[in-house]
Amino acid sequence: MGAHWTYIAAAYGVAVVVIAGLVIHAVVDWRRQRVALNALEARGAPRRPR
Amino acid sequence: MASAPASSFSASLTGLANPTRFMDLSGRVLPWLVALTAVLLLFGLWLAFFVAPADYQQGDTARIMFIHVPSAWLSLLLYTMMAVSALGTLVWRHPLADVAQKAAAPLGAAFAFLCLVTGSLWGKPMWGAFWVWDARLTSMLVLFLMYCGILALWRTIEEPGRAARAVAILTLVGVVNIPIIKFSVDWWNTLHQPAGVLKLSGSAVDPSILWPLLEMAVAFTLLALTLHLVGMRTEILRRRVRTLTILAAERAEREAA
Repeated sequence: MGAHWTYIAAAYGVAVVVIAGLVIHAVVDWRRQRVALNALEARGAPRRPR
Repeated sequence: MASAPASSFSASLTGLANPTRFMDLSGRVLPWLVALTAVLLLFGLWLAFFVAPADYQQGDTARIMFIHVPSAWLSLLLYTMMAVSALGTLVWRHPLADVAQKAAAPLGAAFAFLCLVTGSLWGKPMWGAFWVWDARLTSMLVLFLMYCGILALWRTIEEPGRAARAVAILTLVGVVNIPIIKFSVDWWNTLHQPAGVLKLSGSAVDPSILWPLLEMAVAFTLLALTLHLVGMRTEILRRRVRTLTILAAERAEREAA
């Protein structure tokens, strides 16, 4: 049964990598959009021509 | 008198349809969700490794089920949610429907991938093979490929409105796979075991393993909900950035003319 722990460790390792990837991507993407929006708003939000 | 609660429910739905109101509300809920998800995930891992006993047939390998089963459930749940959002886009034209759909696709793909990989890592010691072309495994692989197709389609069409309609149609076509996945173990003679956790006749899983499994399912669901809310908020910001960038370019063009 000892060898089975290799499969268990691999499964949980993949889960940690996938979930960490999702979390890091979510935070980085949010920050990137927030920074871009702040930069655009700092320049003065343009209005649609009437 | 009976119409009062119904009208207040409909008013709250209409209120949530406003992206600004959604951003405000989700911003207040998110910190609590993050904390609750982290606590439940850690508690679930403790239950999975230190409280749940080894299975009498599968031994410790059964512990892979604590991540495999919630991942499988979530990949189906997220696709079903995407199908409802697709209807919201095409029929009701809800302003947040395609935002919800776009934010759910990468999560569904990740959980479908996790389900396939963990199932494979369980299959090798239990079945003697990482993969068999069994109806359940194959239909699950089709779901993962559907998610990949939807993600690719989102990236192919630049205009969000057009992309949302195309993705909504593809999502609704693919929804036929959901009952196939669910009932594949009943309709065909598969190597994958039939449903054992949630059955009308009562669960086939011993409570000592069932409760940690359900706890992990709740933790994974909260994780998906948290990431989905963050994804929706990011998508709303991305669209604001896009609109402002286009308006800035138009203004620069007018000033140059």
